[in-house]
Amino acid sequence: MTYPRTNPAVAAGAVERHLRARRDVGRGLLMPYVTGGITPGWTDYLRAFAAAGADAIEVGLPFSDPTLDGVTIQQASDAALARGASTRRILADLSELSGLPDLGVPLVVSTYYNLVLHDGPEAFCAALRRAGVGGLIVPDLPVHEADELTGVAEGAGIELVLLASPATPQPRLAEISARSRGFVYAVSLMGTTGERAALAASAAELTGRIRRVTDRPVLLGFGISTPDQARGARRHADGVVVGAAVMRRVLDGAGPDDLRAFLAPLRQALDQECDRPR
Amino acid sequence: MREVPLRREPVPPDGVMGGPPARGRFGEYGGRYAPESLVEACREVGEAFREAWADPGFRGALARLLAVHAGRPTPLTPALRLSEELGVRLYLKREDLTHTGSHKINNVLGQALLATRMGRRRLIAETGAGQHGVATATAAALLGLEATVFMGERDIERQALNVFRMRMLGAEVVPVITGSRTLKDATSEAMRHWVGATGDSHYCIGSVVGPDPYPWMVRELQRVIGDEARAQCAAELRTGVPDHVVACVGGGSNAAGTFAGFADTPARLVGVEAEGGAGAARGRLGVLHGCRSLFLQDGDGQITQAHSIAAGLDYPGVGPEHAHLRDLGRARYVTVTDDEAVRAAVRLARTEGIVPALESAHALAWVIRAAGDGELPAGSTVLMTLSGRGDKDVSTLKELL
Ligand SMILES: Cc1ncc(COP(=O)(O)O)c(C=O)c1O
Repeated sequence: MTYPRTNPAVAAGAVERHLRARRDVGRGLLMPYVTGGITPGWTDYLRAFAAAGADAIEVGLPFSDPTLDGVTIQQASDAALARGASTRRILADLSELSGLPDLGVPLVVSTYYNLVLHDGPEAFCAALRRAGVGGLIVPDLPVHEADELTGVAEGAGIELVLLASPATPQPRLAEISARSRGFVYAVSLMGTTGERAALAASAAELTGRIRRVTDRPVLLGFGISTPDQARGARRHADGVVVGAAVMRRVLDGAGPDDLRAFLAPLRQALDQECDRPR
Repeated sequence: MREVPLRREPVPPDGVMGGPPARGRFGEYGGRYAPESLVEACREVGEAFREAWADPGFRGALARLLAVHAGRPTPLTPALRLSEELGVRLYLKREDLTHTGSHKINNVLGQALLATRMGRRRLIAETGAGQHGVATATAAALLGLEATVFMGERDIERQALNVFRMRMLGAEVVPVITGSRTLKDATSEAMRHWVGATGDSHYCIGSVVGPDPYPWMVRELQRVIGDEARAQCAAELRTGVPDHVVACVGGGSNAAGTFAGFADTPARLVGVEAEGGAGAARGRLGVLHGCRSLFLQDGDGQITQAHSIAAGLDYPGVGPEHAHLRDLGRARYVTVTDDEAVRAAVRLARTEGIVPALESAHALAWVIRAAGDGELPAGSTVLMTLSGRGDKDVSTLKELL
């Protein structure tokens, strides 16, 4: 479990190595999400996440038309954009972190493909790298369109994480699992991001199908917001992504300490359940 | 009127506006940039449409619906008095005379028939002007399907008549209160909704936008405009083919359907966009709503809002095939202002007794301008698609006139 250097020089494959190392000692993985630029001091949330035991942190670059996001992250994106957030400013904020004591947690950026194309894949990935980012998630860039970005990302040392969905047929799931870097992002249900009452039944089925074709870490996301859901997810996957539940609290005015308190029981739930099927 | 000699121009390379494009690409545009959860649904629609389009039974059933329900073929009307004033020979392809009052019905009847063939029980649609929503509600009623239509709150206000028509036809109209509260946001919301409803619902996109197969499928379903017009021009014009073929462009479906009938002729193709929604004329390469095309964006890559008096042209992008036709130089894209469009609408009403939709009035406004400044030489023949009738716009016009 050695992850000494994160920012700014995350070497290629570092996100995956970090997650594998933690998984292999039986730890359930936690990746909280925050919309970049949501508040003036938004990078304080990253410290709170790290202190709460995050294993990776997802930073969303807000886009005007987040077609795979539910209302909470839509509102967060709008709020961040209204504050003047942009790729450039958010990455500049992240770069500043690198002068400070190490977060110890890899950063994964998520955004829509228009923002990647706008800068051009090469410039975009190079900028991520300079800001100390290790991974990238692009929900509207499915595997069959990803050629333009995969090589460029790899060259820049950015791990391009691909998403798998309950609707993905098995042969395609194998391709996604093989080409994904960092981890495989398993979308737990057929829907957008947002909190749900219960973990969808499709989560277990999808995770099982992914496990059949890869031993890469698998994180379940979409609709996971409670310790119970995290515990349930942990039975099938290596860990969880928690986004909308975090952002709803941020939109309601929660500060870094509030989020730390919110994440603590999720961390605990993930630590309890270790008898994960291999 | 004086006949001008036909200018022969190089006929475009084979395959322009032809069969299904490889990997859904029109040059560098198009593709299937859908979230993973929609990729399989898009593949199913594409496969089902290819099969259906090759099936004479499906084609026959659609042709019959278009004839007995939608009132096709639509006439080609020589605009005699306006032509006299403009010094060109203007012919109008009368999509305003279809049932529900716009070309949108051509696409929707095809997709609704496809949805029943695929065993879907519900149609999802986005709408701007409400014409596509009304057409979807109509086709759903006709074929015994349910319909859910997403519409921006701003458009709900300015197209109240169409909202009422949709509800009367039994459709559910869902107001969209995010973003600019117009067509772009209604489209995002319809896509989000489809992610959770792929099992029983077909997403009936209203223009030549969205992930593959939609841009190709919708163009094929609108091709009937161009095919009919081609045959009508052949009968009507000494030259057989008009010198210019003009249509308004929102997402670009009436233009694509019209151009498809003339892509292999020397006719010059002109797409007319709203000044405030000029994706083809002023957009930058991007990806939105599942396809790679040209979109209006700010310096940070955020999509900007379109602004047009015509709700159906209030879209910040353009269909990928238009972006490709632009790059090839096969079609060109021009813009007109709200004011020009309103004046053109009034002029058509008073010279020809036709009140056009404000969208269609954009195409006419360019014809009027181009006839005035010599871009359309005297005596040249112009085919213009009159995509819809103006009833839905009377309250907007009442405020202005
Ligand atoms: C009458 C009419 N014309 C044109 C359009 C623009 O759409 P498209 O560019 O797809 O033809 C609309 C869209 O609502 C419309 O209602």
